[in-house]
Amino acid sequence: MDITPPLPFRRKTEDAMKYLTFAAGVFGASAALAQTPELTVYTYDSFVAEWGPGPQIETAFEAVCNCDLTLVAAGDGAALLARLQLEGDRTEADVVLGLDTNLVPAARETGLFAPHGADATLDLPITWDDDTFLPYDWGYFAFIHNTDLANVPQDFLELAASDLSILIQDPRSSTPGLGLLMWVKAAYGDDAPAVWAALTDNIVTVTKGWSEAYGLFLDGEADMVLSYTTSPAYHIIAEDDTSKDAAAFDEGHYLQIELAAPLAGSDQPELAAQFMQFITTDAFQSVIPTTNWMYPAVMPADGLPAEFDTLVEPRNALLIPEAEVTELRAQALAEWLDALSQ
Amino acid sequence: MARRAQPVSARPGLGAAACIAALMAAALVAVALRAETGTGLGPADGAAIRFTLVQAALSALFSVALAVPVARALARRQFFGRRLLITLLGAPFILPVIVAVLGLLAVFGRSGWLSEALGLFGLGPVRIYGLHGVVLAHVFFNLPLATRLILQGWHDIPAERFRLAAQLGAGPGAIWRLLERPMLAGVLPGALAIVFAICLTSFAVALTLGGGPRATTIELAIYQAFSFEFDLGRAALLALLQIALTLAAAALAFRATRGAAFGSGLDRPVQRWDASRPLLRLQDAAMIGTAALFLLLPLAAIVLNGLPGLAGLPASVGWSALLSLAVAAGSTALLLLLALPMAVAAARRGGLAVEAAGLLGLAVSPLVIGTGLFLLVNPLIDPGLVALPVTALVNALMALPFALRILVPAAQEVLGNYGRLGLALNMQGWPFLRHVLLPRLRPQIGFAAGLGAALSMGDLGVIALFADQNHATLPLQIYRLMGAYRMDSAAAAALLLLVLSVSLFWLCDRGGRRHAAT
Repeated sequence: MDITPPLPFRRKTEDAMKYLTFAAGVFGASAALAQTPELTVYTYDSFVAEWGPGPQIETAFEAVCNCDLTLVAAGDGAALLARLQLEGDRTEADVVLGLDTNLVPAARETGLFAPHGADATLDLPITWDDDTFLPYDWGYFAFIHNTDLANVPQDFLELAASDLSILIQDPRSSTPGLGLLMWVKAAYGDDAPAVWAALTDNIVTVTKGWSEAYGLFLDGEADMVLSYTTSPAYHIIAEDDTSKDAAAFDEGHYLQIELAAPLAGSDQPELAAQFMQFITTDAFQSVIPTTNWMYPAVMPADGLPAEFDTLVEPRNALLIPEAEVTELRAQALAEWLDALSQ
Repeated sequence: MARRAQPVSARPGLGAAACIAALMAAALVAVALRAETGTGLGPADGAAIRFTLVQAALSALFSVALAVPVARALARRQFFGRRLLITLLGAPFILPVIVAVLGLLAVFGRSGWLSEALGLFGLGPVRIYGLHGVVLAHVFFNLPLATRLILQGWHDIPAERFRLAAQLGAGPGAIWRLLERPMLAGVLPGALAIVFAICLTSFAVALTLGGGPRATTIELAIYQAFSFEFDLGRAALLALLQIALTLAAAALAFRATRGAAFGSGLDRPVQRWDASRPLLRLQDAAMIGTAALFLLLPLAAIVLNGLPGLAGLPASVGWSALLSLAVAAGSTALLLLLALPMAVAAARRGGLAVEAAGLLGLAVSPLVIGTGLFLLVNPLIDPGLVALPVTALVNALMALPFALRILVPAAQEVLGNYGRLGLALNMQGWPFLRHVLLPRLRPQIGFAAGLGAALSMGDLGVIALFADQNHATLPLQIYRLMGAYRMDSAAAAALLLLVLSVSLFWLCDRGGRRHAAT
């Protein structure tokens, strides 16, 4: 997949950055006697960890913004939105980083978010045109298996017909779990309940979150686990282990797009805007592949690590349109619960 | 002993109980008031309630039923390493859920040790996932606690009673009838109620071992209401339901409890002349051996998994361990400050009300209490600043019911046996506390403090709602490591947590028993 960004765009970003850096410099100078301004970014737990993207991004942004970037971890993606909803207009957050497409309708409905104003050409497998929620990385859901697995299924029906065992996550408590629900729904529509019914005997168990399922898979509890096509890259790069592979499904793979958005009630709108633009730059994007283990939303100048070339590249990307998400989500959950509770 | 004058006042304890009830109520009301939409309970909730009750009742029954012979065997046997074994047996109870589940499945899973061993004999792998898996996991977590609570009951029978029984030629049957059965009648209902209460709020264990959405518990429904639907009204309603079920179970247990008065003894070491028969020895050895295997094998799996990653642990894990130790220390101090006056109050009068208030910490969904506290704190102060104190407080409240179960019976004994003497000597208030009550409760205080400290170390609790970048406790750090594919580091951090928790427990428990010979 060639997703190198077109040159004009790169130049555009650089120009924007120059302008913003200059603006920040002026702002910083005028506020030199005052306190360093603070930009508060709410994100999910694994983003802020020592080994996550957070520390590198904080250093890089603080080098250009003359400000103090504070990352606040607020659980996973759904908990992140819940926290913002709890805090309402009183939130300290200037920017939120880590919502995903399934949360967008609910997030938009809160009215808490403002247009991001960032100018960027994105390298996504689909067109994304939204003035509020800005993608910062993305990935495909996929079933991961050991390379020695014989007869790797080519689609959900083959998987259901096989006696392979799989581990999945609960859509009520986990983002990938919900992603799988939407995947089957997007691929099979009204036939989704039948697919789930056929999959029931393949499912070893359903876990609360991704970590439990992936941990159990590594311990050999099942043949496959729901994760991302990028998962094998972690094992290759960090562990020099080439024994994991993602199964390519003919239906196509459902997309997870991770989004950032500035808060309408921010007391640092200029800094927030600067950060939103910063998200689209190399300084941010080049950190993503080997810390968040996702594809960057804007391809960095140096491209991806070579190991990413070995990953499965789905033939087509599935994504349920925002307008249908809320209704389909409820319907798909009811079908899923019904099929798996038999 | 209830309405008699006593040398210590019940007022501080009643005050503490009232404060806890008020705090919990405030948290629940804060969540309910924040609700915008409120849908009532649906048919899916009915199924969740049924499954929750069934699994909690079965888990409580099996945990306690198995704990009785194990505690009996431990009570009448002395052997090298007995203390260490008792401490280690308690470890599953204090581990973070995710760690314990992985340990358990390393032994009982489809590719676990047991399945591999069966494979050698040409048998298929164990089918662990289902209601039986849920119960097995809950027994794994709660058998140690039930054993300790029941063992405490055996220790509370004075050595003189066993001596008298031996002099009268009572065999194991007569001792069972005269001493052990009445003691159990006093201890078992409370133990059942507390294990039931713990299992009532189970979520990740029930879901993972249950094999799918059939194993949906009320706590999962709360989670769904909160993060999938953002329906706070429903979350509060379900949380209220959880509390009602816990309190109903506690009330039932109290009605069934018959206090056994053995009178005071002279604290001699217990000798069991009745237990020397070879058949009994064999039976006890088998019980202890089986329980040890069941509880220690998963722990061994955790240790083996953790060892390779120890050297490469990131620096932030060490920092998190220090933070967790600080939280555990604060939480334990708070626990004792609440539990001791409450135990005195419960021992004097209003036992049900005080213990019910104590149970609230266990009965309230962690997610709802965390959210409620967040809503209460947020208008006043940055939640990140109070993340650690709030975590310590919630951990203390969570450990409170255990501390009360441990302290109340002993406090009752002391007040019953020494209260009048104290009054006659005009020894009241602080002098009575210092010279009579606290020294006599020392083993129980040590046990309760150890349990509180260890529970606090291993609890993920509410920290995830409050924590900022720099204030991750060790359990939270383990989750973060796992969430970033770093399973080896996570396993090593879990081993570190296991060692720290067990050491803390050992220190406190040991400190409490320095004088005791048994």
